Amino acid sequence: MLEVDNIHAAYGRAKALHGVSLTAERGEILCILGRNGAGKTTTMKAIMGLLPLSEGRITLDGANIGSRPAHERAAQRIAYVPQGRRLFPELSVEENIEMGLIAGAAGPKVKAHVLEMFPRLAERLHQQASTLSGGEQQMLATARALCIQPQVLLLDEPTEGLQPSMIDLIRQVTLRMKEEGLAVILVEQRVDAVLSIADKVVFLENGRNLETMSADQLRADPAKLHSYLGV
Amino acid sequence: MDFGPHLLLATLEGAVTAAILALTAMGLSIVFGVMRVVNVAHGEFYMLGAVIAWFIATSLGAHPAIGFVAALLLAPLAVGAIAAVSDRLILSRIDYDPERTIVATIGLLYIIQQATLMTFGPDARPVEPPFNHRIALPWVEWGDGGLALYWPWGLSITSYKLFIIGAAAVVLTGIWLVMTRTRFGLIMRATQQDREMAMVFGVPVDRTFAYVFGLGAGLAAIGAVLVVPVQQAHYLMGHDPLLLSFIVVIIGGLGSLPGTVIAAILIGMTDGIISVFFSPTLAKIIATLAVAMVLVFRPQGLMGKASR
Repeated sequence: MLEVDNIHAAYGRAKALHGVSLTAERGEILCILGRNGAGKTTTMKAIMGLLPLSEGRITLDGANIGSRPAHERAAQRIAYVPQGRRLFPELSVEENIEMGLIAGAAGPKVKAHVLEMFPRLAERLHQQASTLSGGEQQMLATARALCIQPQVLLLDEPTEGLQPSMIDLIRQVTLRMKEEGLAVILVEQRVDAVLSIADKVVFLENGRNLETMSADQLRADPAKLHSYLGV
Repeated sequence: MDFGPHLLLATLEGAVTAAILALTAMGLSIVFGVMRVVNVAHGEFYMLGAVIAWFIATSLGAHPAIGFVAALLLAPLAVGAIAAVSDRLILSRIDYDPERTIVATIGLLYIIQQATLMTFGPDARPVEPPFNHRIALPWVEWGDGGLALYWPWGLSITSYKLFIIGAAAVVLTGIWLVMTRTRFGLIMRATQQDREMAMVFGVPVDRTFAYVFGLGAGLAAIGAVLVVPVQQAHYLMGHDPLLLSFIVVIIGGLGSLPGTVIAAILIGMTDGIISVFFSPTLAKIIATLAVAMVLVFRPQGLMGKASR
């Protein structure tokens, strides 16, 4: 489905990715793991089109989308929940959701479906996004991305700074997305959370692939975690 | 004329200045707010609106009202289209880099100004107002029988000047409705807050910027079309609106639309009143001093947000 093949990318002159490859299939959760500075977020940005590739290919169902701008990738139903949420802070909850509906050209049914998943947002539709709690902001960032009706969902550290009940909610939503047939690519620091839901794991280091394995293999060989992540 | 009626007259003249200034500065503020572009050529889009209005009204040769209405509809569209093309040809190619856009818009300023000079010549061009009735205004005085109305000689305003104030209020209300009630307004506000995330949610930011640049220039052109029946169109007329618009946008708070309207009213009224009682030069000196004070004591402007 989504195939990232040997991509290279840089921030100005500083090269950040030196050949990252991964494949995400429908109904699968692929987790990217690595130490700080390994290139996890950069890989997500490159997939979303926020960072130009200097080399390599990104294909979606066989079509090369590696040179398409970010807004066209959104139209191809790739959705991104960035690290730190990056809501539109001065827009209301409802307006943030409306922004999600623009790319997906989706109507009120999608909005209702998303609000049914996050009923707390439905109670705060007219509240300014910046005034929400951290957990509510994460719900809104996820809801906004789901309004695109994505086929690929990129989640960058969705549980960062959240309380356990909220982490559990995000985990449930991620699993529901998998069941609905989305390809989910997840960057996450909490290894326990990853191991409980991931199907496949890619380890990165210094912008390169270290190893790709199934989550079952990793569960059977936890020494890899110590070796690659020092945990 | 006594001080009271004289002050009323000056206030009305100030309200006309404020109305035009609010439209022009709103264009500059929207462009800066959404695109972070300091458009030094903004005054030339104003000038171009006035000159095109004269050209349309003169070319039609019909009743002044028909010429004026045609100019009010077509000149802002033409100026907006020229601005949008300029954005695609120049600003997008330098990736909206802040320093380079300042230099590029200075270049654009001279290109527009000199092209207008070469095409239409150096003469000032009048446009006939669609209507221009003199309306005498009353004042009150304390007489033997208490307060009484009287009509001082010279205390009057034209119906066209009242129309300018009303038309500016209608356009500004329209802009507010567009910004708060439409999808385009939502896209503009979202792009203003986080350009990258707007792209992630399907907004073609380059195309949006072209529309925004066109909208900003179009607003300046509307102001110019409204003003050209009371001030003649001339290829050098863009300087004062540019200076005053920058003053308004800085005092109001960069990118803040309510701040822009409030500052336009303050500066416009001050400019009108001081120009009537003293001199237009003193009005400009005071406005510039006000900017200096704002920059020292409240750099974010009246309604702007302090950077963290």
